[in-house]
Amino acid sequence: MPARITIKNLTMAYGSLVVMRDLNFEIQDKEIFAIMGGSGCGKSTLLRHLIGLQEPTQGSILYDGRDFTATDPAQRGPFIQRFGVMYQSGALWSSLTLGENISMPLEEIAHIPAKTVRDLVSYKLSLVGLAGYEDYYPAEISGGMQKRAGIARAMALDPDILFLDEPGAGLDPLSSRRLDDLILRLRDSQGSTIVIVTHELSSIFNIADKVIFLDTATHTQGALGNPADLRDHSDNPAVRLFLNRGEHPTPPP
Amino acid sequence: MPSAVSLPPCAAWQEDGGDVVLALSGDWKRDGPPATVTGISPDRHPSRYQVSELGSYDSTLPAFLFSLLRSATELPETKDKPVPALDGLPENLRGLLTLALAVPEENARLTTPLHSSEIRELGKITVQLWETIRSLLDFTGQTVLSLARFCRGKARFRSADFWLILQQCGAQALPIVSLISFLIGMILAFVGNVQLTNFGANLFVADLVGIAMVREMGVVMTAIIMSGRTGAAFAALIGSMKVNEEIDALQTFGFLPFDFLVLPRLLALLLMMPILTVYANVVGILGGMLVGALVGIPPVLYWTETLTSVDLTNSSLGVIKSVFFGAAIAISGCMQGMKAGNSSAAVGEATTRAVVASITAVIVLDSTFAAIFALLKI
Repeated sequence: MPARITIKNLTMAYGSLVVMRDLNFEIQDKEIFAIMGGSGCGKSTLLRHLIGLQEPTQGSILYDGRDFTATDPAQRGPFIQRFGVMYQSGALWSSLTLGENISMPLEEIAHIPAKTVRDLVSYKLSLVGLAGYEDYYPAEISGGMQKRAGIARAMALDPDILFLDEPGAGLDPLSSRRLDDLILRLRDSQGSTIVIVTHELSSIFNIADKVIFLDTATHTQGALGNPADLRDHSDNPAVRLFLNRGEHPTPPP
Repeated sequence: MPSAVSLPPCAAWQEDGGDVVLALSGDWKRDGPPATVTGISPDRHPSRYQVSELGSYDSTLPAFLFSLLRSATELPETKDKPVPALDGLPENLRGLLTLALAVPEENARLTTPLHSSEIRELGKITVQLWETIRSLLDFTGQTVLSLARFCRGKARFRSADFWLILQQCGAQALPIVSLISFLIGMILAFVGNVQLTNFGANLFVADLVGIAMVREMGVVMTAIIMSGRTGAAFAALIGSMKVNEEIDALQTFGFLPFDFLVLPRLLALLLMMPILTVYANVVGILGGMLVGALVGIPPVLYWTETLTSVDLTNSSLGVIKSVFFGAAIAISGCMQGMKAGNSSAAVGEATTRAVVASITAVIVLDSTFAAIFALLKI
């Protein structure tokens, strides 16, 4: 049984500027996988490669053993329809209400009855704490609320794989905690695989099964594994420093 | 447990002693058949759920239950209960529903329109018109104050920005101004030639093209091009800066956004519009000359005839107007940008409004000038 996502020798670059090279890791089915690292290390770039918005310089990305990068971008529909993506800023369509932002994929892609669409929109917004905000436009709500609405839209089609780019940034502690709870429940109830780009250490320790640390200094993957194990026992001091919030930890035994 | 054969989703209300039981069965899938509800809904929450015959499900099932529970919690007898009982539901479903029901619903927005009448509509239009006039006067006043600060050497903006805007408004506009003016000159010459040939006076095509270009067509066409090109760019750029809070950032550093953003654009257009107008006039006359050559008027004769008809008074009228048109385009573009809302859609709307407003302003100003020049017999 192949892994849900397999990354083989992935090198990402902007022109001649290499962002990361030789990334090798697997994300298993129903796993919550966090991508972490310092600012500008290429976390969001890696996410953009995973969803096909950028092409790798070298290497490949496989979903359930099928090569995503080798597939013609025009033929990637069957892959992409399994993705739900929340972008860093929410990326809501500003001319549509929050309800329409969520219902559009349901109506246009899933073609389901209007009553079910209404129920689903109401339910998804309630899950992210925005019950009753169906008729609001993105410009009428705060940045944190836009971000939560972006998560509701990403969940619209019950995706197999949910990609979340900095979902907790800018959220108040209660919303952040609620979001962690939601991510765990989505994995447990729908069997979604969830890939999160995040800086939030509390979230990483609460929910992530596995993390990858992108090392800005070497432009390679600094560590891969369980977050608590890496915090206490990683061979890479940069990883231990990062996961201990900059406090110098004792070296691993 | 997912069943091998897909069964239609069903929710059945049942009585069990004093309890109300909701029995869920079948496969609740987005692409499956719609759910059927049997039994009489008791206007209250189920005491418990029966899921022994429940198959596989996606979000459709929790969405259905959420809708059911949300509508039931709105009933007076159950309003005080925080989260209804979810006994009998699978653990994950219970967790998701608890999460969804935990936050109270935001009051629905007022969607019913106020009672509308002709008088109310007329009033609304009048108020909107007054607001538009007031904001235009306010913006023009601020522009004049900003210009006054500039003349006293008190206005502050980056000179590098000014030279860049000057280049965008001037040199970069030359290709499109050349093309349009040349074609306008040719069109005037073609039309004039058809009529004047009837009277054996086709040499006067040079007079027609020359006077029309320097008095009206050169300046008006340049102004329309600059409205669509530069006015729209001003509105889009300033509008985007507003969306990204860049204007707020300028203010917090003590810069006057008006001096920093509007003034250099206004000055650039005030300087460039007369130059572009003179250029457009010359190119238009050359377009007419080409047609003249095609219909048998030698270029030297055409040029001599043009110089005879186009005197300094005629030439200066278009140039004078161009200064006012430049100011109108800069004010319309910058004003719409500064007034833009806080979304990407609002930037698009501001750009459209800027183009419409500046072209309208140009035509209205041109009509006013035409009336004034007629009164002055120029």
